[in-house]
Amino acid sequence: MRKIILSTAALAFSANLAMAQDVVRLGTEGAYPPWNFINDAGQVDGFERELGDELCARAQLTCEWVTNDWDSIIPNLVSGNYDAIIAGMSITDERDQVIDFTQNYTPPDPSAYLAMSEDVDLSGGVIAAQSGTIQAAYIAEQGATLVEFATPEETIAAVRNGEADAVLADKSFLTPVAEEDADLMIVGPDVALGGGVGMGIRESDTDLRDTFDAAIQSMKDDGSLNEMITKWDVSSTF
Amino acid sequence: MFSYCTDPQTLSGLTWLSCYLTTGKHMQFYISFGVVLLLLAITAPTALLFGFGGAAAARSRIWPVTWLGKGYIAIVRGVPDIAFFLFFVIALDQGFEWMRHQVLCPDWDQPIRQGNDFVVCSAAKLPLGNAPQWIHEIYGFMLAVLTFAIVFGAFAANVLYGAMRAVPHAQLETAEAYGMTRRQIFWRILVPQMWVYALPGLGNLWMVLIKATPLLFLLGVEDIVYWARELGGTANPRFTDYPHGDWRMWYFLALLVFYLGFTRISEVFIERLMQKLTHGQATTGGDAQRKAAA
Repeated sequence: MRKIILSTAALAFSANLAMAQDVVRLGTEGAYPPWNFINDAGQVDGFERELGDELCARAQLTCEWVTNDWDSIIPNLVSGNYDAIIAGMSITDERDQVIDFTQNYTPPDPSAYLAMSEDVDLSGGVIAAQSGTIQAAYIAEQGATLVEFATPEETIAAVRNGEADAVLADKSFLTPVAEEDADLMIVGPDVALGGGVGMGIRESDTDLRDTFDAAIQSMKDDGSLNEMITKWDVSSTF
Repeated sequence: MFSYCTDPQTLSGLTWLSCYLTTGKHMQFYISFGVVLLLLAITAPTALLFGFGGAAAARSRIWPVTWLGKGYIAIVRGVPDIAFFLFFVIALDQGFEWMRHQVLCPDWDQPIRQGNDFVVCSAAKLPLGNAPQWIHEIYGFMLAVLTFAIVFGAFAANVLYGAMRAVPHAQLETAEAYGMTRRQIFWRILVPQMWVYALPGLGNLWMVLIKATPLLFLLGVEDIVYWARELGGTANPRFTDYPHGDWRMWYFLALLVFYLGFTRISEVFIERLMQKLTHGQATTGGDAQRKAAA
């Protein structure tokens, strides 16, 4: 088996010597609309798809999209399975110790609670959040009972079926859900968390980080980033 | 897919459903069934081979080989599957890249481990960074097959080891009396007779393997459970032409039917194989067959 893998790799190696072009692999979750999701055609779509493609065009890189489970998205980056994370990941000190971030491409934005009724107990009740997110860390600190789920979809389902009183997530993710479902509503005050959303890059990969930094800066300068944010309605603008 | 699918909002009933079930996303769902079946088709014989090797090694007279066989069986059976799948695959992948790095980039001066990062020269990347996505997917699939084969191989080794010891000793002694060598006894007497003892255990393993395939997603291969969850989740009209509520129950129901059907087919097949293997054996089953024929 090892031989088969090595020979496949050798085949791949010789077949690709011809195209010396650099390919940057972008890792995303594909389950967090409007940031990133899988569309009807089965392709990665959303704000970050459009943003990533534009950044790669500006930096003259060939980019390829890869979907990966949220739980193992950082381990797979550091072991080199893809080169950048572009998955609505907020910049936090904790993550910054493990990976590097580009400058943020959306400003720090509020998180919000979504619940079935106005009078839920947000400080002492049961609150759902996606595991490994800034929202989950926040609830754990606050003293409410935290229930964690692997995917954003499951956190909403937990509120619908009464397993949790409310869910805490990015407001931009919850707003379309609340608009669509008459039973669900945004409750309580917004919570300011995190330092905006940026791309995650391996700490050893400073060249790539600088390249994307420059591309994001150029999009901030000519206003095209704000246009894109407004189009997908993911956050406030710069 | 169909020509009338251009504007799904105007459709209803069966036409809507026919369009909905043939979106690109659903096609990937159907393909993933093929992926799972292919994985089973490749993994089962590979695992059996690993198991046979392990069992033969554990029975060996040469003690380092015995230790190797017994160590393999004991360690892999003892480690929880999920830990094995999370840790082992990344380690295996890094191991391959490390070996290639040593061969291909002898004059690389930076450390491979930089903090949390695992950095090898770009020529040693597996697959290469600029390889098309399908090569990455095939590589991931091969890693999955290898991991499954190693894990299930250890269980199969234990089953086969037991089966080899269950073959009546008189049979082996008779062979020895006829002047057969140890090698001849192993291949001509022991191996043909052990399968009937191994089959119940191996059949069990096969059933467990069928149900273990959702672990594939841990390895980055998008399997049927991943797609069922993705497709069944609430579809918001802002992001799809085919909005619907939480339909996960229906998708998982379809998976249930698939798994149950597959299990049933396997059972029928194993039953037939058992009939065939029992034929002419010195077991109660073989005796019963003889009497029925007489």
